[in-house]
Amino acid sequence: MTRKKIILSVNGVRNEIEVEAKETLLETLRNRLDLTGAKLGCDQQVCGSCTVLMNDLPVSSCSVLAMDADGCEILTVEGLGAGGALHPIQQAFIEHGAFQCAYCTPGLILAVKYLLSRFPRPTEPQLRHYLAGNICRCGCHVEILQAVRSLARRAQENQL
Amino acid sequence: MQDNVGQSIKRLESESKVSGELKYLSDLKLPGMLHCKALRSPYAHARIVRIDSQRAAKFSGVEGVLTRDDMVDNPHFDSHYGPVLKDQTVVALDKVRYVGDLVAAVAATRLDIAEEALDLIEVEYEELGAVFSFEEALAENAPLLHEQVSKPEHGFVDLADVNPVEGTNICTTFHLSKGDLEKGFQNSDFVFENVFTCPSAQHAALETLCAVARLERNGGLTIWSTVQNPFVIRDQIAELFHLPVSKVRVIALNIGGGYGSKLYPKLEPLVAALAWKTRKPVGLTLTREEVFQTITKHAAEIHLKTGVTREGRLLARQCRIYLDTGAYAEIGPRVAKKSGYTAAGPYNIPNIQIDSCLVYTNKVPAGAFRGFGVSQSAWAHESEMDLIARALQMDPLELRQKNLLEEGGEFATGEHVHSFGLRQCVERVASALQWGEKCPPPPQKHLARGKGMACLIKATITPSISSALVRLNEDGSATVYVGTADVGQGSDTIMAQIVSQELAIPVTHVQVVHSDTDLCLYDLTTSSSRSTFHMGRAVQLAAQDIRRQLACLAGRLWNCPVEEVLFANQGVRCVVNDVVHAASYRNLLSASFGIKGANLVGKGTVKTEAVQRNGEPLTSAFWFAGAGAAEVEVDRETGSVRVVRYASAADVGKAINPFFCEQQLKGGAITGIGLALMEQLVYQDGLLINPNFLDYNLARFLDIPEEIIPILVERAHEEGPYGAKGVGETALIPVAPAIANAIEDAVGVRVTDLPITPEKVLRALQEKEQKAQLLEGPTPGRS
Repeated sequence: MTRKKIILSVNGVRNEIEVEAKETLLETLRNRLDLTGAKLGCDQQVCGSCTVLMNDLPVSSCSVLAMDADGCEILTVEGLGAGGALHPIQQAFIEHGAFQCAYCTPGLILAVKYLLSRFPRPTEPQLRHYLAGNICRCGCHVEILQAVRSLARRAQENQL
Repeated sequence: MQDNVGQSIKRLESESKVSGELKYLSDLKLPGMLHCKALRSPYAHARIVRIDSQRAAKFSGVEGVLTRDDMVDNPHFDSHYGPVLKDQTVVALDKVRYVGDLVAAVAATRLDIAEEALDLIEVEYEELGAVFSFEEALAENAPLLHEQVSKPEHGFVDLADVNPVEGTNICTTFHLSKGDLEKGFQNSDFVFENVFTCPSAQHAALETLCAVARLERNGGLTIWSTVQNPFVIRDQIAELFHLPVSKVRVIALNIGGGYGSKLYPKLEPLVAALAWKTRKPVGLTLTREEVFQTITKHAAEIHLKTGVTREGRLLARQCRIYLDTGAYAEIGPRVAKKSGYTAAGPYNIPNIQIDSCLVYTNKVPAGAFRGFGVSQSAWAHESEMDLIARALQMDPLELRQKNLLEEGGEFATGEHVHSFGLRQCVERVASALQWGEKCPPPPQKHLARGKGMACLIKATITPSISSALVRLNEDGSATVYVGTADVGQGSDTIMAQIVSQELAIPVTHVQVVHSDTDLCLYDLTTSSSRSTFHMGRAVQLAAQDIRRQLACLAGRLWNCPVEEVLFANQGVRCVVNDVVHAASYRNLLSASFGIKGANLVGKGTVKTEAVQRNGEPLTSAFWFAGAGAAEVEVDRETGSVRVVRYASAADVGKAINPFFCEQQLKGGAITGIGLALMEQLVYQDGLLINPNFLDYNLARFLDIPEEIIPILVERAHEEGPYGAKGVGETALIPVAPAIANAIEDAVGVRVTDLPITPEKVLRALQEKEQKAQLLEGPTPGRS
């Protein structure tokens, strides 16, 4: 089986890892680096529960080959926040109760992070469009939208 | 205290959920664990002529292969199991009954090795005739799925009357009648007859099914599973492996969504058998496609016949329900019963006849699904209510108001309903959407808006039992042990709130230990919206048991009557001869026992009966009433439907955590919108052709209404904790008929088979137009 050593910077930590040809980025994160925040949901790039940021762009890590992530910067939910404190998006999710089972939450939080990095004050259609790739079967969409709107409001207040 | 009952406190595990630290089962690895892969049937119905696993067993890295050869005359475990009927086998014995049925399984040191080894198992099949529809399954001389089915020795009390009809594909039937149906129809001015259908669907919990089994040195089994009813799994495994239940430990961690899909044995018999065979821990996590091939929601065909007076009084209703349970009974018989009970709807109808028929077909087994068959029956009776209202030229709200089952009213079983705030639910969803006011027409001509509503009644499993333990620790904090599984609904937090309320301690001082059969007392199941009512009450009783013990200790210490001991601020207080005595629990315990380390243990049990004290039957320990109203926008050009606003009401008895209750109402509405407009499992010659989230659509952010209005009605139940009932299933049930009714209000067409896809709406619009043209004749001036 073809194996290759890759360099993966995950949450600011540089890793040299030997991966297999068919190994996905999600498998590398979960099985080799013990970062289990990203979850396998559909294995097909359509549910969003494995979302991580790769060079600041959201990807479905179930559908990215680890070898293709060679040299990339990866951010997972474990890398959010600083010094044990929660990131404002995580705080907003708690404040608005934006989860039930929370299996989708790590992926959604990273999708929100990307959305807000592009549009600090997203319009309603932008908001819904950018999160449409993440499925929440418990149906916490209303609370999630409220959480993101609260962050957008804060961004606006900080700018004024 | 801020933490108590009635407060919307945050989930106790909130931080670990947003940080990604919360562990679900597939996040954990046992040392030395083998990975399992299952070989599944490519045929819908076939005899297994030969199966040879020798090559697979010799494949490097393979530690064990399980086939029917392991089942034959094995003194260590049986081959058959099943919660209601023992029609399932650990792996296939003589034949396979659906595409995806378990044929064999491999345990290997690596997942890819197990996967590769599957190809080395040689199986020779002889294809048999298969049945895929009700008609085919019920036809004379239809091929039989099960020649013979046996019942478990210790089955569920509420399903003791389940009886497969030998020589047919009828898994069970259910019958209920009241009054004189024929006379009811004779006295009616109008009789309506309609057929409504709903397809099979998927629960689509984002966490797939997962189970791990470990054989212990003493011959016992420890099983970790994504399961909502660990005690049922424990009992099934104990029976299968001839073990006392004390030697089977089933543990459910936090679960990534269930909605009914994680009830009853799924993977546990298989991994347990492989653990037994290999003597090593074995884990199996299903792929998404395999989950689609494991459990579904029952497809249904419902025939309704309703007799009504000119004034809109319902006099008679006949309901014939066909439910497709797929290849195995699973919990289908309870679904047939639950949907049967309420098939006539939450109305005061003097003459009722209900017949449910649960049918085996060569398709994926169907089981529990949020609503337990009631979403299917409500789809029928609530659609029919609007058809009747339209024919009588009556407001659908008024027709419902005229016939609603009220507090103290007589249900189809002859019993009287109590704590039943249905009228408030119906009237409040109506007023939330300004019922009676026309929707403002959208600016675009091809769009039209309308409003619709639906309501429901549902029963919870009765009789049933739940027990809880509360331990008061030496420092005055508390640990509560509950069999209830937290699938995201927030049961841990609710239980902690109850302990906090009863013992006057902060909720942060309460630790909840859940769903571990070695640590917790028996609980029937986390389903049927029963946990707050049953386990919540058991926890309350357990905490009250501790209060009694504390009062005795204080009484002895201060020589005061126990009934005068008060509880506040993590301690006890009592006034004796104008002298105030007070002590924290910590100090009371150490003063009473003379040593640090004394604990108190309280126990609480809730057991419901099938008969009430007054002799009436008790079909449900409590009834849930609910209603939903939708405002939709229909695109006449594309047939697409958008839910603009949705109001969702439920009688919860008492909201222990109002935010959690509202979340159930909003979440249920959203899942319901997906089921109403897009969800459907599609089979082609028995092959499920859309077993993935690309081809099976769910409601996403773009489908969410602009506004969802949750409405909590609180009509307290005297046996629930603080009056609380259940709310998990209520909201989903009325969504589809409310939307269908709103569509007819908007554009005047009726869809009677779910899901309401744009194609169906468009076709109905075209048919309506053609009919109108035929009536008008050729339009002059048009070529």
